[in-house]
Amino acid sequence: MRALEPWVVQPLETFLAESGARLTLLMTSSGQVVAQHGFSRSVDVMTAAALGAAIVASTEELGRLMGAARFEALVHGGQRQSCMLAAFATPRGRWIGLVVFGPETSVGIVRLFFDQMVQQLTALAPREQQPAAPMLAENFETELNASLKALFGR
Amino acid sequence: MNPTQAALDRVTRVPGVRGALVVAATDGLVVAEQLMDGVDGQAAAALTGSLVGRLCRTAEGAGLRPPAFVHLRGDAGSVLAAPGPDDLVLVAVVGPDANLGLARLEMIEAAGRLA
Repeated sequence: MRALEPWVVQPLETFLAESGARLTLLMTSSGQVVAQHGFSRSVDVMTAAALGAAIVASTEELGRLMGAARFEALVHGGQRQSCMLAAFATPRGRWIGLVVFGPETSVGIVRLFFDQMVQQLTALAPREQQPAAPMLAENFETELNASLKALFGR
Repeated sequence: MNPTQAALDRVTRVPGVRGALVVAATDGLVVAEQLMDGVDGQAAAALTGSLVGRLCRTAEGAGLRPPAFVHLRGDAGSVLAAPGPDDLVLVAVVGPDANLGLARLEMIEAAGRLA
């Protein structure tokens, strides 16, 4: 398990231990990865993050068009493994969790401990707002490489 | 009244029962519930569904038949579960003063009628 921010580690480790999830990805609503567990290739993480953020944006817009409140979670049930995608509010903004799990656990268990992780993240998130650095073309690649190094240790 | 609601009514009428749920065992999700305040139905469904599923696999691995009734006893009460047809489990959360014998009889009877 790798995380860009140290306060994310303990809630995520607890979630992984309790839920039995195979893969987990925490990201911002724009698809910037905050933490990952189970992915072995950086390209997979970046692809999953981009797709997950796009799906959440699509479903939230769909909900808005239907006059409904935001969807809490999207679960894709499969024969060998299932996938849950859920967006949640944190003091650091809206985040997204992508969880892949197998038949050794259940969607109920994953939802239960995911909700607990969200509560812990909300409680542990540093309240002071970091100054938003402009996303410039010249430092984008450097920041992306630094994030990948932190997430994969290489 | 459908069979699910009838089962919940039957179980919650037993003295000391704080709530009852019908749970989809594989998913660990609530199908129907009648709970007092303070009983977390989502947690009860997820954890009991997981417990019953593991107990069934354990019994199967030991060459035994799946359990007809599960009683998880704690300091402040018990969780009772009776597997029914179609992957459904009837779950009851009971206090320490509950009539466990009557609850067991009602749950096994009601679980057999779930559909």
